[in-house]
Amino acid sequence: MVVFKKPHALTETPFHYCPGCTHGIIHRLVAEALEALGLEGSTIGVAPVGCSVFAYNYFNCDMIQAPHGRAPAVATGVKRADPTKTVFTYQGDGDLAAIGTAETIHVGARAENITIIFVNNAIYGMTGGQMAPTTLIGQVTTTTPYGRKNDVQGSPIRVCEMLSTLDGVAYAERVSVDSVKNVLSAKKAIKKAFEIQSKGLGLTIVEVLSTCPTNWGLSPVKSLDWVREAMMPYYPLGVYKDVTKEGEQK
Amino acid sequence: MNKVTFKIDLCKGCGLCVNACPKKIVLLDDKQINAKGYHPACVLEMEKCIGCAMCATMCPDLVIIVEKGDK
Repeated sequence: MVVFKKPHALTETPFHYCPGCTHGIIHRLVAEALEALGLEGSTIGVAPVGCSVFAYNYFNCDMIQAPHGRAPAVATGVKRADPTKTVFTYQGDGDLAAIGTAETIHVGARAENITIIFVNNAIYGMTGGQMAPTTLIGQVTTTTPYGRKNDVQGSPIRVCEMLSTLDGVAYAERVSVDSVKNVLSAKKAIKKAFEIQSKGLGLTIVEVLSTCPTNWGLSPVKSLDWVREAMMPYYPLGVYKDVTKEGEQK
Repeated sequence: MNKVTFKIDLCKGCGLCVNACPKKIVLLDDKQINAKGYHPACVLEMEKCIGCAMCATMCPDLVIIVEKGDK
């Protein structure tokens, strides 16, 4: 009995990512969630600019590639043109939290029924390891060679916390892919986000803490340790908003 | 018997599967070089495999297929 194989929602194209980059795991989790919900045939994905720009080669559903940061705006148009489709964007931290900050916030304010998969690895990957809005204080990047300083570059943005204050956001959860246990809970979170989207309750966002072994200058295994030791204290995992649970608490 | 199959030419030798295996039987084969130029992951003592699929869960490149045998 086969207990693990490639999901049908991914194509046969090999990933172009660096060795040990967890983009591959997150791609697979999105594909597995779509497959589990039977949404493969009725999903439209929006690829960003960044390392995951070639996401349209990897997913076996219809894909659009958006200009830098504009994936939520493109997804808004797609969803409004055909509300029966499941629409997701797959964005990195530079795309979502720097260039596309306005799009990200206003897609939440408008309560668009789309799902954002936000891959946070605290650095710009494709362009060569520059500081991102989510780069941690003290973290060395090519544009912060002495480490990021609070009084010069400001402090990192916590996207899930920020978006969860908006009424239009239905679901915001931060997950990680640093261990088998966390990968499995990340899969549940992504599946739940798609389920909430199908109920039409508002914007759903899943932030995934990811790695960048190449630009962090660490081995793939040590990168996972760095996610646990350095990123998780600043970006705590958990559900920041869930409208399906709010009724139960009252 | 449980069986783990590696699509060797997709492997980038990152070692996340080696780190994830609870039985410590996955290793990078330093006697072999694949088409991408890496030492691919392999299992030499397949009889020790418990079919937990932890290696495949952590593999970013979908190299691994896990099959669980009948008891």
